[in-house]
Amino acid sequence: MSEHRIEALAGVIAPLSGQPISPPSQDESAPKWVTTEFLEWFGELGIFFWRVIRAAVTPPFEFRELFRQLDDIGSKSLPLVALAGAAIGVVLALESVQSMTRFGAKSLLPAALVFSVVHEIGPIMTALVVSGRVGAGIGAELASMKVTEQIDAIEASAVNPYRLLAATRILACTLMLPLLTLAFDACGLLMGWVALATVEPLSFHQFIINGFNGAGFNDFLPPTFKTAVFGLIIGLVACFQGMRTRGGAEGVGRAATSSVVLSSLFVILTDVVLVKFIIIFFP
Amino acid sequence: MATIDQISIKLQATDAGRTPVVAVEDVYKSFGPQRVLNGVSLTVSRGETLAVLGRSGTGKSVLLRMIIGLQTPDSGAVCIHRQDLAGLSLDQLSAVRKKMGFLFQHAALYDSLTVEQNVAFPLQHHRNGMASSELSDRVRKLLAEVGMDGHLDKMPSDISGGMQKRVGLARALALEPDILLLDEPTAGLDPISSAEIDELVLKLQAEHQMASIVVTHDLHSAKTIADRLILLNQGNVTAEGTFQELQGNDDPFVREFLKHS
Repeated sequence: MSEHRIEALAGVIAPLSGQPISPPSQDESAPKWVTTEFLEWFGELGIFFWRVIRAAVTPPFEFRELFRQLDDIGSKSLPLVALAGAAIGVVLALESVQSMTRFGAKSLLPAALVFSVVHEIGPIMTALVVSGRVGAGIGAELASMKVTEQIDAIEASAVNPYRLLAATRILACTLMLPLLTLAFDACGLLMGWVALATVEPLSFHQFIINGFNGAGFNDFLPPTFKTAVFGLIIGLVACFQGMRTRGGAEGVGRAATSSVVLSSLFVILTDVVLVKFIIIFFP
Repeated sequence: MATIDQISIKLQATDAGRTPVVAVEDVYKSFGPQRVLNGVSLTVSRGETLAVLGRSGTGKSVLLRMIIGLQTPDSGAVCIHRQDLAGLSLDQLSAVRKKMGFLFQHAALYDSLTVEQNVAFPLQHHRNGMASSELSDRVRKLLAEVGMDGHLDKMPSDISGGMQKRVGLARALALEPDILLLDEPTAGLDPISSAEIDELVLKLQAEHQMASIVVTHDLHSAKTIADRLILLNQGNVTAEGTFQELQGNDDPFVREFLKHS
């Protein structure tokens, strides 16, 4: 195998493993090597998740750390999520005005904005924003604790690190994502209305009446609560990548990067499945 | 390879003298193709301090991590109070760890917590009935014991390496362990700080009568604080005994090690 192919493969696999890559031996075929790495990573992730679940459901419960994480992940992400929501709301409104006017569907603008934000853009953008802020933060924090033996020190103090560090962060991500999504939706719709109102007069009351006309709970609850799954993925992948880090400062950097890359990737892939699931079960 | 029954018989046999609280029996450990421990055995009794010496990479720290269950041997047994760690559930292992204190090589203080919070950490998790004022008093007492009572609100990054080791030692003593494991307690310290740490370990040992295992490169420190020394070479125990006994040992490696230390 040429050096270039090995390097290219290492580039793909490095974020997955979170560890330095040793290239395959001469007699080892590249596809087999990639598959083995991939399956090993998923296997280890499964074992990690099982340990976290087992630690989370058995006492003592780490409520103090959970509340600290809820604050850190929830309230400290709120300004960023709100800002992203506001920006997306404005951009979406301005883009929609042009295209929908062209197709003679201007009267549907509020409904189009509400449905696109609440159904898809709100959940996925919130997850990606949180993945960037929180995923990188968790990955780097836990990786740093790992390489400086702080996680070993926790274990040596007879405290379960899966319970104290991983379960609390994963649960906080899972609980906070739907709430942050609501904040994103609210800011997006509010600023979307402001953007629409600058183009032509439209009261907020009228915007809400038109936008939510004919909408039911099935239009809002499943897309909002699917973000709990996104939160689970972000927390799980970031904790996993952080707690398996090796290799000093370089390892910490790699863990932070791979936490964001992998959690974003899995959020997008999971969204595909969940959208289909919601269409089938919540028509 | 020794079975648990054989180890128990051996432990009972030594009961006549001092009670061994740590027994490592015929332990092997490899990392990939590299064999680090190659059939190491040792026992440590209550009130005794054992120093583990050897060149870098001979598995001294790995041995210490196995004793507290942070790593598992490929074969052989590690017994604490006659309980083989290999057969323990996570809860049982936690119960065993509560009886042990561990000072890491670089102290491994929690960098987001203050000195006071670092020492309070084990107490907050394992002394649920303790009132906050009682917990605070206990933390202050522990920090006073290691001469760090004037630095409660400082962050680990704001204190020197020697001070970090003192705080690490206070944290290791928080649950009143009967086994103390020290990984390179004087590494990276100046001679005066090293001597202070040695004095501190001696003082704590005299007060608490723990079974202590000290991993070190520092022969002077080992000579000062240990009752008995073992010298590891290529994963094996090459020599064992008091410092004087080691000095009289004719093994070329022992002589070479002592000459350069």
